Amino acid sequence: MNILVAVKYVPDTDEIRIDEATGTMIREGIPGIINPLDLYAVEEALRLRERYGGKIVALSMGPPAAEAALREALSMGVDQAFLLTDRRFAGADTWATAYTLSRAAKKLGPFDLILCGERATDGETGQVGPELGAMLGLPVITYVSQIEELCPPSAKPGWIRCRRLTEEGYQRVETSLPALLTVVKEINEPRLPTFQGKLAARRARIHRLSLEDLDLKPQETGLEGSPTRVVKVFYPSLARATKMVNASPEKAVEEIVSFLREKALL
Amino acid sequence: MAEWHGVWIVAEQWQGELKRVSFELLGRARVLAEKLKAPLGAVLLGHKMKEAAQELIYHGADQVYLVDHPILFHFDPDAYANCLEFLIREERPAIVVAAATTTGRTLMPMMAARLGTGLTADCTELDIEEETGLLLQTRPAIGGNVMATIKTPKHRPQLATVRPRSHPPSERDSSRNGEIIEVSLPEELFKTRFKVLGFEKLGTEETRIEDADVVVCAGRGLGRPDSLNLVRELAKLLGGAIGGTRAVVDQGWLPYPCQVGLSGKTVSPKLYIACGVSGAIQHLAGMRGSRFVIAINKDPHAQIFRVADLAIVGDVNEILPRLIKRLRELKEHG
Repeated sequence: MNILVAVKYVPDTDEIRIDEATGTMIREGIPGIINPLDLYAVEEALRLRERYGGKIVALSMGPPAAEAALREALSMGVDQAFLLTDRRFAGADTWATAYTLSRAAKKLGPFDLILCGERATDGETGQVGPELGAMLGLPVITYVSQIEELCPPSAKPGWIRCRRLTEEGYQRVETSLPALLTVVKEINEPRLPTFQGKLAARRARIHRLSLEDLDLKPQETGLEGSPTRVVKVFYPSLARATKMVNASPEKAVEEIVSFLREKALL
Repeated sequence: MAEWHGVWIVAEQWQGELKRVSFELLGRARVLAEKLKAPLGAVLLGHKMKEAAQELIYHGADQVYLVDHPILFHFDPDAYANCLEFLIREERPAIVVAAATTTGRTLMPMMAARLGTGLTADCTELDIEEETGLLLQTRPAIGGNVMATIKTPKHRPQLATVRPRSHPPSERDSSRNGEIIEVSLPEELFKTRFKVLGFEKLGTEETRIEDADVVVCAGRGLGRPDSLNLVRELAKLLGGAIGGTRAVVDQGWLPYPCQVGLSGKTVSPKLYIACGVSGAIQHLAGMRGSRFVIAINKDPHAQIFRVADLAIVGDVNEILPRLIKRLRELKEHG
Protein backbone atom coordinates (compact mmCIF):
# COMPACT_ATOMS: atom_id res chain seq x y z
CA MET A 1 0.00 0.00 0.00
CA ASN A 2 1.47 3.29 -1.08
CA ILE A 3 -0.23 6.23 0.52
CA LEU A 4 -0.08 9.95 -0.22
CA VAL A 5 -1.08 12.37 2.53
CA ALA A 6 -1.69 15.99 1.55
CA VAL A 7 -1.05 18.49 4.34
CA LYS A 8 -1.27 22.27 4.69
CA TYR A 9 0.80 24.79 6.61
CA VAL A 10 -1.57 27.09 8.52
CA PRO A 11 -1.34 29.79 11.19
CA ASP A 12 -1.72 28.34 14.70
CA THR A 13 -5.21 29.41 15.78
CA ASP A 14 -4.29 28.76 19.42
CA GLU A 15 -1.97 31.75 19.12
CA ILE A 16 -4.47 34.09 17.51
CA ARG A 17 -5.58 36.88 19.82
CA ILE A 18 -8.38 39.36 19.51
CA ASP A 19 -7.59 43.06 19.52
CA GLU A 20 -9.49 44.35 22.58
CA ALA A 21 -10.14 47.76 21.03
CA THR A 22 -11.41 46.72 17.63
CA GLY A 23 -12.64 43.20 18.33
CA THR A 24 -10.72 41.91 15.31
CA MET A 25 -8.05 39.27 14.97
CA ILE A 26 -4.36 39.98 15.41
CA ARG A 27 -2.53 38.03 12.70
CA GLU A 28 0.98 39.39 13.00
CA GLY A 29 3.66 37.08 14.30
CA ILE A 30 1.47 33.99 14.44
CA PRO A 31 3.62 30.85 14.10
CA GLY A 32 2.75 28.28 11.46
CA ILE A 33 1.92 24.62 12.09
CA ILE A 34 0.58 21.60 10.26
CA ASN A 35 -3.19 21.98 9.82
CA PRO A 36 -4.54 20.25 12.95
CA LEU A 37 -7.21 18.41 10.94
CA ASP A 38 -4.49 16.91 8.70
CA LEU A 39 -3.01 15.06 11.69
CA TYR A 40 -5.93 12.63 11.48
CA ALA A 41 -5.04 11.86 7.85
CA VAL A 42 -1.38 11.32 8.78
CA GLU A 43 -2.34 9.07 11.70
CA GLU A 44 -4.69 6.98 9.56
CA ALA A 45 -1.93 6.53 6.96
CA LEU A 46 0.47 5.34 9.69
CA ARG A 47 -2.09 2.83 10.97
CA LEU A 48 -2.67 1.48 7.47
CA ARG A 49 1.07 1.12 6.93
CA GLU A 50 1.38 -0.80 10.21
CA ARG A 51 -1.20 -3.25 8.91
CA TYR A 52 -0.43 -3.53 5.23
CA GLY A 53 3.14 -2.29 4.86
CA GLY A 54 4.17 0.10 2.13
CA LYS A 55 5.27 3.69 2.03
CA ILE A 56 3.76 7.02 3.05
CA VAL A 57 4.59 10.21 1.19
CA ALA A 58 3.55 13.57 2.66
CA LEU A 59 2.93 16.38 0.20
CA SER A 60 2.42 20.07 0.76
CA MET A 61 2.41 23.26 -1.27
CA GLY A 62 3.46 26.57 0.19
CA PRO A 63 6.31 28.93 0.94
CA PRO A 64 9.66 27.47 2.12
CA ALA A 65 8.46 27.91 5.73
CA ALA A 66 5.79 25.25 5.03
CA GLU A 67 8.60 22.73 5.56
CA ALA A 68 7.59 22.95 9.22
CA ALA A 69 4.29 21.21 8.46
CA LEU A 70 6.09 18.41 6.62
CA ARG A 71 8.59 17.99 9.46
CA GLU A 72 5.66 17.45 11.83
CA ALA A 73 4.38 14.69 9.53
CA LEU A 74 7.89 13.21 9.34
CA SER A 75 8.20 13.27 13.12
CA MET A 76 5.03 11.18 13.36
CA GLY A 77 6.58 8.62 11.01
CA VAL A 78 5.85 9.28 7.32
CA ASP A 79 8.60 8.03 5.03
CA GLN A 80 9.15 10.90 2.64
CA ALA A 81 8.14 14.53 2.30
CA PHE A 82 7.77 16.75 -0.75
CA LEU A 83 7.18 20.48 -0.76
CA LEU A 84 5.86 22.20 -3.87
CA THR A 85 7.41 25.59 -3.56
CA ASP A 86 7.87 28.24 -6.22
CA ARG A 87 7.06 31.94 -6.34
CA ARG A 88 4.88 31.19 -9.33
CA PHE A 89 2.64 28.94 -7.17
CA ALA A 90 1.77 31.91 -4.95
CA GLY A 91 -1.80 33.15 -4.80
CA ALA A 92 -3.28 29.83 -5.94
CA ASP A 93 -6.96 29.31 -5.14
CA THR A 94 -8.34 25.86 -4.35
CA TRP A 95 -8.59 24.91 -8.02
CA ALA A 96 -5.01 25.89 -8.87
CA THR A 97 -3.75 24.29 -5.64
CA ALA A 98 -5.53 21.03 -6.40
CA TYR A 99 -4.25 21.13 -9.97
CA THR A 100 -0.65 21.65 -8.87
CA LEU A 101 -0.97 18.87 -6.28
CA SER A 102 -2.48 16.58 -8.91
CA ARG A 103 0.58 17.05 -11.11
CA ALA A 104 2.83 16.15 -8.19
CA ALA A 105 0.68 13.12 -7.30
CA LYS A 106 1.04 11.86 -10.86
CA LYS A 107 4.77 12.42 -10.83
CA LEU A 108 5.38 10.80 -7.43
CA GLY A 109 2.79 8.02 -7.71
CA PRO A 110 1.11 5.76 -8.39
CA PHE A 111 -0.58 5.68 -4.96
CA ASP A 112 -3.20 3.23 -3.76
CA LEU A 113 -4.78 5.76 -1.44
CA ILE A 114 -4.70 9.53 -0.98
CA LEU A 115 -5.69 10.90 2.41
CA CYS A 116 -6.58 14.51 3.25
CA GLY A 117 -7.91 16.30 6.31
CA GLU A 118 -11.53 17.43 6.15
CA ARG A 119 -10.51 21.07 5.65
CA ALA A 120 -7.82 23.50 6.76
CA THR A 121 -8.39 25.66 9.80
CA ASP A 122 -7.45 28.85 7.95
CA GLY A 123 -9.25 28.79 4.59
CA GLU A 124 -11.87 26.29 5.79
CA THR A 125 -13.02 25.47 2.27
CA GLY A 126 -12.58 21.69 2.34
CA GLN A 127 -12.40 21.86 -1.46
CA VAL A 128 -8.84 20.91 -2.29
CA GLY A 129 -9.30 17.22 -1.32
CA PRO A 130 -12.32 16.45 -3.52
CA GLU A 131 -10.97 18.66 -6.33
CA LEU A 132 -7.69 16.74 -6.26
CA GLY A 133 -9.53 13.42 -6.35
CA ALA A 134 -11.70 14.50 -9.27
CA MET A 135 -8.71 15.84 -11.21
CA LEU A 136 -6.98 12.48 -10.81
CA GLY A 137 -10.16 10.68 -11.84
CA LEU A 138 -10.32 8.86 -8.49
CA PRO A 139 -13.40 7.95 -6.51
CA VAL A 140 -13.74 10.40 -3.61
CA ILE A 141 -15.20 9.60 -0.20
CA THR A 142 -15.50 12.65 2.04
CA TYR A 143 -16.04 13.03 5.81
CA VAL A 144 -14.75 9.52 6.57
CA SER A 145 -15.11 8.69 10.27
CA GLN A 146 -13.92 5.09 10.04
CA ILE A 147 -12.23 2.76 7.60
CA GLU A 148 -14.19 -0.42 8.27
CA GLU A 149 -12.33 -2.74 5.96
CA LEU A 150 -9.73 -2.51 3.28
CA CYS A 151 -8.46 -5.00 0.77
CA PRO A 152 -5.10 -3.86 -0.56
CA PRO A 153 -4.56 -4.21 -4.27
CA SER A 154 -2.47 -7.26 -5.18
CA ALA A 155 -3.37 -9.62 -7.98
CA LYS A 156 -6.92 -8.33 -7.76
CA PRO A 157 -8.00 -4.70 -7.58
CA GLY A 158 -8.30 -3.43 -4.04
CA TRP A 159 -11.32 -1.93 -2.35
CA ILE A 160 -12.19 0.06 0.74
CA ARG A 161 -15.25 0.22 2.95
CA CYS A 162 -15.84 3.39 4.99
CA ARG A 163 -18.27 5.10 7.28
CA ARG A 164 -18.82 8.75 6.47
CA LEU A 165 -20.40 11.29 8.77
CA THR A 166 -23.26 13.25 7.20
CA GLU A 167 -25.82 15.61 8.75
CA GLU A 168 -28.35 12.82 9.23
CA GLY A 169 -26.06 9.98 10.20
CA TYR A 170 -23.37 7.60 9.06
CA GLN A 171 -23.40 6.42 5.48
CA ARG A 172 -21.56 3.15 4.88
CA VAL A 173 -20.00 3.08 1.46
CA GLU A 174 -17.56 0.97 -0.53
CA THR A 175 -15.39 1.88 -3.48
CA SER A 176 -12.46 0.61 -5.50
CA LEU A 177 -8.82 1.52 -4.95
CA PRO A 178 -7.06 3.73 -5.76
CA ALA A 179 -9.28 6.33 -4.08
CA LEU A 180 -9.10 9.65 -2.26
CA LEU A 181 -10.56 10.05 1.23
CA THR A 182 -11.04 13.11 3.37
CA VAL A 183 -11.21 12.20 7.06
CA VAL A 184 -12.89 13.80 10.08
CA LYS A 185 -11.59 14.12 13.60
CA GLU A 186 -13.64 11.18 14.82
CA ILE A 187 -11.54 8.68 12.82
CA ASN A 188 -8.65 8.31 15.30
CA GLU A 189 -6.48 9.95 17.90
CA PRO A 190 -3.24 11.19 16.33
CA ARG A 191 -0.06 10.01 18.07
CA LEU A 192 2.42 12.44 19.54
CA PRO A 193 5.82 12.37 17.87
CA THR A 194 8.48 10.50 19.81
CA PHE A 195 11.81 12.11 20.68
CA GLN A 196 13.55 9.92 18.08
CA GLY A 197 10.87 10.86 15.56
CA LYS A 198 11.50 14.53 16.13
CA LEU A 199 15.24 14.03 15.83
CA ALA A 200 14.87 12.09 12.58
CA ALA A 201 12.46 14.69 11.20
CA ARG A 202 14.93 17.47 11.91
CA ARG A 203 17.61 15.66 9.91
CA ALA A 204 15.36 14.39 7.12
CA ARG A 205 15.61 15.82 3.67
CA ILE A 206 12.53 17.59 2.37
CA HIS A 207 12.38 17.31 -1.39
CA ARG A 208 11.42 20.52 -3.11
CA LEU A 209 9.64 20.62 -6.44
CA SER A 210 9.26 23.70 -8.62
CA LEU A 211 7.12 24.69 -11.59
CA GLU A 212 9.62 23.12 -13.99
CA ASP A 213 9.84 19.90 -11.95
CA LEU A 214 6.09 19.46 -12.44
CA ASP A 215 6.18 20.41 -16.14
CA LEU A 216 3.65 23.15 -15.43
CA LYS A 217 3.14 26.35 -17.37
CA PRO A 218 2.96 29.55 -15.29
CA GLN A 219 -0.61 30.17 -16.46
CA GLU A 220 -1.71 26.80 -15.06
CA THR A 221 -0.86 27.53 -11.44
CA GLY A 222 -0.61 30.25 -8.82
CA LEU A 223 -2.75 33.36 -9.08
CA GLU A 224 -2.61 33.24 -12.86
CA GLY A 225 -4.04 29.75 -12.97
CA SER A 226 -6.78 30.51 -10.43
CA PRO A 227 -10.34 30.95 -11.69
CA THR A 228 -11.33 32.96 -8.60
CA ARG A 229 -10.16 36.37 -7.46
CA VAL A 230 -10.41 37.88 -3.99
CA VAL A 231 -11.81 41.37 -4.49
CA LYS A 232 -12.16 42.47 -0.89
CA VAL A 233 -11.03 41.34 2.56
CA PHE A 234 -12.45 42.76 5.75
CA TYR A 235 -12.28 41.99 9.45
CA PRO A 236 -15.68 41.82 11.07
CA SER A 237 -15.87 42.79 14.70
CA LEU A 238 -16.76 40.08 17.17
CA ALA A 239 -18.44 42.38 19.57
CA ARG A 240 -22.16 42.66 20.16
CA ALA A 241 -24.02 45.18 22.29
CA THR A 242 -23.70 42.91 25.29
CA LYS A 243 -25.95 43.31 28.30
CA MET A 244 -24.04 42.12 31.39
CA VAL A 245 -26.00 40.75 34.32
CA ASN A 246 -24.15 40.05 37.53
CA ALA A 247 -26.88 39.24 40.04
CA SER A 248 -28.53 36.46 42.03
CA PRO A 249 -29.55 33.29 40.18
CA GLU A 250 -33.22 34.30 40.55
CA LYS A 251 -32.60 37.70 39.01
CA ALA A 252 -30.52 36.08 36.25
CA VAL A 253 -33.41 33.76 35.40
CA GLU A 254 -35.79 36.70 35.12
CA GLU A 255 -33.35 38.48 32.81
CA ILE A 256 -33.13 35.41 30.58
CA VAL A 257 -36.90 34.96 30.46
CA SER A 258 -37.53 38.58 29.59
CA PHE A 259 -34.81 38.44 26.92
CA LEU A 260 -36.47 35.36 25.39
CA ARG A 261 -39.86 37.07 25.49
CA GLU A 262 -38.58 40.30 24.01
CA LYS A 263 -36.97 38.45 21.08
CA ALA A 264 -40.03 36.24 20.61
CA LEU A 265 -38.01 33.12 21.34
CA LEU A 266 -40.50 31.48 23.68
CA MET B 1 -19.05 33.79 -22.86
CA ALA B 2 -22.35 35.54 -23.51
CA GLU B 3 -24.16 32.27 -23.97
CA TRP B 4 -23.84 31.29 -20.30
CA HIS B 5 -27.15 32.49 -18.91
CA GLY B 6 -29.38 32.08 -15.89
CA VAL B 7 -29.08 31.09 -12.26
CA TRP B 8 -29.34 27.52 -10.99
CA ILE B 9 -29.63 25.97 -7.59
CA VAL B 10 -28.86 22.35 -6.82
CA ALA B 11 -31.77 21.21 -4.67
CA GLU B 12 -30.88 18.86 -1.86
CA GLN B 13 -32.94 15.90 -0.77
CA TRP B 14 -32.48 13.20 1.78
CA GLN B 15 -34.22 9.86 1.23
CA GLY B 16 -36.77 11.41 -1.07
CA GLU B 17 -37.58 14.51 1.00
CA LEU B 18 -36.45 18.00 0.09
CA LYS B 19 -34.25 19.55 2.73
CA ARG B 20 -35.10 23.00 4.04
CA VAL B 21 -31.84 24.34 2.62
CA SER B 22 -33.25 23.84 -0.90
CA PHE B 23 -35.80 26.56 -0.19
CA GLU B 24 -33.12 28.77 1.33
CA LEU B 25 -31.14 28.42 -1.89
CA LEU B 26 -34.22 29.36 -3.91
CA GLY B 27 -34.79 32.42 -1.73
CA ARG B 28 -31.25 33.58 -2.23
CA ALA B 29 -31.01 32.73 -5.93
CA ARG B 30 -34.34 34.44 -6.70
CA VAL B 31 -32.75 37.75 -5.72
CA LEU B 32 -29.78 37.08 -8.02
CA ALA B 33 -32.00 36.00 -10.93
CA GLU B 34 -34.10 39.14 -10.62
CA LYS B 35 -31.04 41.38 -10.56
CA LEU B 36 -29.84 39.66 -13.73
CA LYS B 37 -33.37 39.54 -15.22
CA ALA B 38 -32.62 35.87 -15.86
CA PRO B 39 -34.54 32.65 -15.22
CA LEU B 40 -34.06 30.62 -12.04
CA GLY B 41 -33.54 26.91 -12.57
CA ALA B 42 -33.35 24.11 -10.04
CA VAL B 43 -31.70 20.74 -10.50
CA LEU B 44 -33.29 17.89 -8.57
CA LEU B 45 -31.52 14.54 -8.56
CA GLY B 46 -33.41 11.74 -6.84
CA HIS B 47 -35.90 8.94 -7.25
CA LYS B 48 -39.67 9.42 -7.49
CA MET B 49 -39.61 13.09 -6.64
CA LYS B 50 -42.07 14.69 -9.04
CA GLU B 51 -44.14 16.23 -6.25
CA ALA B 52 -41.00 17.71 -4.76
CA ALA B 53 -40.19 19.21 -8.16
CA GLN B 54 -43.57 20.98 -8.03
CA GLU B 55 -42.70 22.27 -4.55
CA LEU B 56 -39.54 23.83 -5.95
CA ILE B 57 -41.69 25.75 -8.45
CA TYR B 58 -44.05 26.90 -5.68
CA HIS B 59 -40.96 28.14 -3.85
CA GLY B 60 -39.57 30.17 -6.74
CA ALA B 61 -38.01 28.02 -9.48
CA ASP B 62 -38.93 28.79 -13.10
CA GLN B 63 -37.63 25.47 -14.39
CA VAL B 64 -36.90 22.28 -12.54
CA TYR B 65 -34.55 19.80 -14.19
CA LEU B 66 -35.68 16.55 -12.67
CA VAL B 67 -33.50 13.49 -13.07
CA ASP B 68 -35.09 10.30 -11.78
CA HIS B 69 -33.06 7.16 -11.19
CA PRO B 70 -32.93 4.63 -8.34
CA ILE B 71 -29.19 5.18 -7.93
CA LEU B 72 -29.89 8.85 -7.11
CA PHE B 73 -31.92 7.97 -4.01
CA HIS B 74 -28.69 8.22 -1.95
CA PHE B 75 -25.89 10.63 -2.61
CA ASP B 76 -23.53 8.86 -5.00
CA PRO B 77 -20.54 11.02 -5.98
CA ASP B 78 -20.09 9.47 -9.44
CA ALA B 79 -23.72 9.45 -10.55
CA TYR B 80 -24.48 12.88 -9.07
CA ALA B 81 -21.39 14.48 -10.60
CA ASN B 82 -22.05 12.84 -13.99
CA CYS B 83 -25.64 14.07 -14.12
CA LEU B 84 -24.91 17.59 -12.93
CA GLU B 85 -21.93 17.97 -15.25
CA PHE B 86 -24.00 16.79 -18.20
CA LEU B 87 -26.83 19.23 -17.43
CA ILE B 88 -24.47 22.18 -16.91
CA ARG B 89 -22.63 21.56 -20.19
CA GLU B 90 -25.94 21.19 -21.99
CA GLU B 91 -27.84 24.16 -20.53
CA ARG B 92 -24.94 26.50 -19.70
CA PRO B 93 -26.17 28.37 -16.62
CA ALA B 94 -23.98 31.35 -15.64
CA ILE B 95 -24.28 30.68 -11.91
CA VAL B 96 -24.78 27.43 -9.98
CA VAL B 97 -25.25 27.47 -6.21
CA ALA B 98 -25.54 24.47 -3.91
CA ALA B 99 -25.75 24.00 -0.16
CA ALA B 100 -22.57 23.94 1.90
CA THR B 101 -23.55 20.56 3.34
CA THR B 102 -21.60 17.31 3.28
CA THR B 103 -23.25 16.60 -0.09
CA GLY B 104 -22.77 20.05 -1.64
CA ARG B 105 -19.24 20.32 -0.36
CA THR B 106 -18.39 17.02 -2.04
CA LEU B 107 -20.29 17.44 -5.30
CA MET B 108 -19.35 21.04 -6.10
CA PRO B 109 -15.56 20.67 -5.81
CA MET B 110 -15.89 17.72 -8.20
CA MET B 111 -17.83 20.01 -10.55
CA ALA B 112 -15.21 22.74 -10.32
CA ALA B 113 -12.47 20.23 -11.10
CA ARG B 114 -14.31 18.70 -14.03
CA LEU B 115 -15.53 21.97 -15.53
CA GLY B 116 -12.28 23.84 -14.91
CA THR B 117 -13.98 26.72 -13.14
CA GLY B 118 -13.91 28.56 -9.82
CA LEU B 119 -15.81 27.59 -6.68
CA THR B 120 -16.26 29.54 -3.48
CA ALA B 121 -17.04 27.55 -0.34
CA ASP B 122 -19.54 28.20 2.40
CA CYS B 123 -20.69 31.68 1.35
CA THR B 124 -22.82 33.71 3.74
CA GLU B 125 -23.63 36.48 1.23
CA LEU B 126 -24.18 36.45 -2.51
CA ASP B 127 -24.77 39.47 -4.69
CA ILE B 128 -24.46 40.64 -8.28
CA GLU B 129 -21.86 43.24 -9.24
CA GLU B 130 -23.82 45.93 -11.05
CA GLU B 131 -21.33 46.90 -13.76
CA THR B 132 -20.35 43.38 -14.76
CA GLY B 133 -23.20 41.10 -13.72
CA LEU B 134 -20.62 38.92 -11.95
CA LEU B 135 -21.48 36.93 -8.84
CA LEU B 136 -19.99 38.42 -5.68
CA GLN B 137 -19.40 35.69 -3.13
CA THR B 138 -18.68 36.61 0.47
CA ARG B 139 -17.44 34.01 2.91
CA PRO B 140 -15.85 33.81 6.33
CA ALA B 141 -12.40 32.30 6.88
CA ILE B 142 -10.16 31.64 9.87
CA GLY B 143 -13.12 30.99 12.09
CA GLY B 144 -15.09 34.00 10.92
CA ASN B 145 -12.30 36.39 11.84
CA VAL B 146 -11.80 37.37 8.23
CA MET B 147 -14.42 37.92 5.55
CA ALA B 148 -13.50 37.79 1.89
CA THR B 149 -15.48 38.74 -1.19
CA ILE B 150 -14.55 36.58 -4.16
CA LYS B 151 -15.53 36.47 -7.79
CA THR B 152 -14.91 34.28 -10.83
CA PRO B 153 -14.25 36.81 -13.59
CA LYS B 154 -13.53 34.67 -16.64
CA HIS B 155 -14.64 31.09 -16.05
CA ARG B 156 -18.14 29.71 -16.33
CA PRO B 157 -20.22 28.72 -14.64
CA GLN B 158 -19.58 30.62 -11.42
CA LEU B 159 -19.95 28.08 -8.62
CA ALA B 160 -20.66 28.63 -4.93
CA THR B 161 -21.78 26.67 -1.94
CA VAL B 162 -23.93 28.54 0.57
CA ARG B 163 -23.98 28.01 4.30
CA PRO B 164 -27.28 26.55 5.49
CA ARG B 165 -29.44 28.95 7.54
CA SER B 166 -27.63 32.00 6.21
CA HIS B 167 -30.81 33.00 4.35
CA PRO B 168 -34.51 32.48 5.16
CA PRO B 169 -36.34 29.90 3.03
CA SER B 170 -38.48 31.35 0.22
CA GLU B 171 -42.22 31.59 0.74
CA ARG B 172 -44.50 28.98 -0.79
CA ASP B 173 -46.94 30.27 -3.37
CA SER B 174 -49.07 27.55 -4.93
CA SER B 175 -50.23 29.90 -7.70
CA ARG B 176 -46.70 30.11 -9.13
CA ASN B 177 -46.12 28.58 -12.53
CA GLY B 178 -43.05 26.86 -13.79
CA GLU B 179 -41.90 24.02 -15.92
CA ILE B 180 -40.81 20.59 -14.77
CA ILE B 181 -38.35 19.21 -17.29
CA GLU B 182 -38.03 15.46 -16.82
CA VAL B 183 -34.62 14.77 -18.22
CA SER B 184 -33.72 11.29 -19.31
CA LEU B 185 -29.98 10.91 -19.39
CA PRO B 186 -27.83 8.21 -21.01
CA GLU B 187 -27.61 5.13 -18.78
CA GLU B 188 -23.81 5.27 -18.73
CA LEU B 189 -24.01 8.43 -16.57
CA PHE B 190 -25.45 6.31 -13.76
CA LYS B 191 -22.49 3.94 -13.72
CA THR B 192 -20.74 4.25 -10.41
CA ARG B 193 -17.69 2.99 -8.59
CA PHE B 194 -19.52 3.28 -5.27
CA LYS B 195 -21.74 0.89 -3.40
CA VAL B 196 -23.90 2.31 -0.62
CA LEU B 197 -23.99 -0.43 2.00
CA GLY B 198 -26.25 1.15 4.54
CA PHE B 199 -27.13 4.07 6.68
CA GLU B 200 -27.11 4.52 10.42
CA LYS B 201 -29.17 7.44 11.61
CA LEU B 202 -27.61 9.53 14.33
CA GLY B 203 -29.17 9.33 17.77
CA THR B 204 -31.81 12.02 18.28
CA GLU B 205 -29.43 13.94 20.48
CA GLU B 206 -26.69 14.15 17.88
CA THR B 207 -28.82 14.85 14.90
CA ARG B 208 -29.87 18.11 13.32
CA ILE B 209 -27.65 20.35 15.40
CA GLU B 210 -26.98 22.32 12.19
CA ASP B 211 -30.71 22.56 11.52
CA ALA B 212 -31.91 23.40 15.02
CA ASP B 213 -33.48 26.81 15.76
CA VAL B 214 -32.07 26.64 19.27
CA VAL B 215 -28.73 25.18 20.34
CA VAL B 216 -27.86 24.84 24.01
CA CYS B 217 -24.15 24.26 24.34
CA ALA B 218 -22.36 22.54 27.21
CA GLY B 219 -18.90 23.71 28.22
CA ARG B 220 -16.34 22.55 30.73
CA GLY B 221 -17.74 25.04 33.22
CA LEU B 222 -20.56 22.59 33.92
CA GLY B 223 -18.00 20.83 36.09
CA ARG B 224 -19.51 17.36 36.03
CA PRO B 225 -21.16 15.13 33.43
CA ASP B 226 -24.40 14.95 35.49
CA SER B 227 -25.00 18.60 34.69
CA LEU B 228 -25.44 17.64 31.06
CA ASN B 229 -28.95 16.58 32.01
CA LEU B 230 -29.73 20.21 32.80
CA VAL B 231 -28.47 21.27 29.38
CA ARG B 232 -30.50 18.50 27.78
CA GLU B 233 -33.60 19.50 29.69
CA LEU B 234 -33.24 23.15 28.71
CA ALA B 235 -32.70 22.22 25.05
CA LYS B 236 -35.82 20.06 25.17
CA LEU B 237 -37.95 22.81 26.71
CA LEU B 238 -36.86 25.24 24.01
CA GLY B 239 -37.29 22.69 21.22
CA GLY B 240 -33.59 22.77 20.49
CA ALA B 241 -30.54 20.57 20.17
CA ILE B 242 -27.60 20.00 22.49
CA GLY B 243 -24.07 20.96 21.49
CA GLY B 244 -20.72 20.74 23.21
CA THR B 245 -17.33 22.37 23.19
CA ARG B 246 -14.25 20.46 22.14
CA ALA B 247 -13.26 19.93 25.78
CA VAL B 248 -16.60 18.33 26.58
CA VAL B 249 -16.44 16.07 23.51
CA ASP B 250 -12.81 15.11 24.14
CA GLN B 251 -13.77 14.05 27.66
CA GLY B 252 -16.38 11.78 26.16
CA TRP B 253 -19.36 13.57 27.73
CA LEU B 254 -20.92 14.08 24.30
CA PRO B 255 -20.26 12.40 20.93
CA TYR B 256 -18.30 14.14 18.16
CA PRO B 257 -21.32 15.00 15.97
CA CYS B 258 -22.37 17.41 18.75
CA GLN B 259 -19.10 19.34 18.70
CA VAL B 260 -19.39 23.04 17.84
CA GLY B 261 -16.30 24.89 16.66
CA LEU B 262 -13.42 24.94 14.25
CA SER B 263 -12.80 21.19 14.42
CA GLY B 264 -16.50 20.40 14.68
CA LYS B 265 -19.63 21.97 13.28
CA THR B 266 -20.58 25.51 12.43
CA VAL B 267 -24.08 26.38 13.59
CA SER B 268 -26.15 29.53 13.12
CA PRO B 269 -29.38 29.02 15.05
CA LYS B 270 -31.84 31.72 16.06
CA LEU B 271 -30.79 31.26 19.68
CA TYR B 272 -27.53 29.92 21.10
CA ILE B 273 -27.20 29.43 24.83
CA ALA B 274 -23.63 28.83 26.00
CA CYS B 275 -23.54 27.12 29.41
CA GLY B 276 -20.16 27.21 31.12
CA VAL B 277 -18.39 27.85 27.82
CA SER B 278 -15.25 29.96 28.11
CA GLY B 279 -15.27 30.97 24.44
CA ALA B 280 -11.96 29.89 22.91
CA ILE B 281 -11.52 31.40 19.48
CA GLN B 282 -11.98 27.96 17.92
CA HIS B 283 -15.37 27.67 19.60
CA LEU B 284 -16.50 31.14 18.59
CA ALA B 285 -15.73 30.15 14.99
CA GLY B 286 -18.54 27.61 15.15
CA MET B 287 -21.28 29.78 16.65
CA ARG B 288 -20.73 33.46 16.06
CA GLY B 289 -23.21 33.46 13.20
CA SER B 290 -26.05 32.77 15.67
CA ARG B 291 -28.84 35.35 15.66
CA PHE B 292 -29.05 35.73 19.46
CA VAL B 293 -26.55 34.53 22.02
CA ILE B 294 -27.03 34.07 25.74
CA ALA B 295 -23.94 33.09 27.71
CA ILE B 296 -23.77 31.92 31.30
CA ASN B 297 -20.34 31.79 32.92
CA LYS B 298 -18.80 32.29 36.34
CA ASP B 299 -15.90 34.32 34.99
CA PRO B 300 -16.93 37.92 34.17
CA HIS B 301 -13.99 38.15 31.76
CA ALA B 302 -14.89 35.03 29.79
CA GLN B 303 -14.28 35.54 26.09
CA ILE B 304 -17.74 34.14 25.27
CA PHE B 305 -19.30 37.31 26.69
CA ARG B 306 -17.77 39.30 23.84
CA VAL B 307 -20.09 37.61 21.37
CA ALA B 308 -23.13 37.44 23.66
CA ASP B 309 -26.24 39.62 23.58
CA LEU B 310 -27.03 38.66 27.14
CA ALA B 311 -24.11 37.83 29.45
CA ILE B 312 -25.05 36.19 32.74
CA VAL B 313 -22.27 36.09 35.31
CA GLY B 314 -23.02 33.12 37.54
CA ASP B 315 -22.83 29.41 38.17
CA VAL B 316 -24.64 27.37 35.53
CA ASN B 317 -25.39 24.69 38.08
CA GLU B 318 -27.36 27.23 40.12
CA ILE B 319 -29.00 29.05 37.25
CA LEU B 320 -30.06 26.20 34.96
CA PRO B 321 -32.32 24.35 37.46
CA ARG B 322 -34.13 27.60 38.25
CA LEU B 323 -34.43 28.54 34.60
CA ILE B 324 -35.84 25.10 33.74
CA LYS B 325 -38.36 25.35 36.56
CA ARG B 326 -39.44 28.82 35.45
CA LEU B 327 -39.79 27.80 31.79
CA ARG B 328 -41.86 24.78 32.82
CA GLU B 329 -44.20 27.02 34.82
CA LEU B 330 -44.57 29.32 31.84
CA LYS B 331 -45.36 26.35 29.61
CA GLU B 332 -48.04 25.09 31.99
CA HIS B 333 -49.67 28.39 32.81
CA GLY B 334 -48.94 30.32 29.62
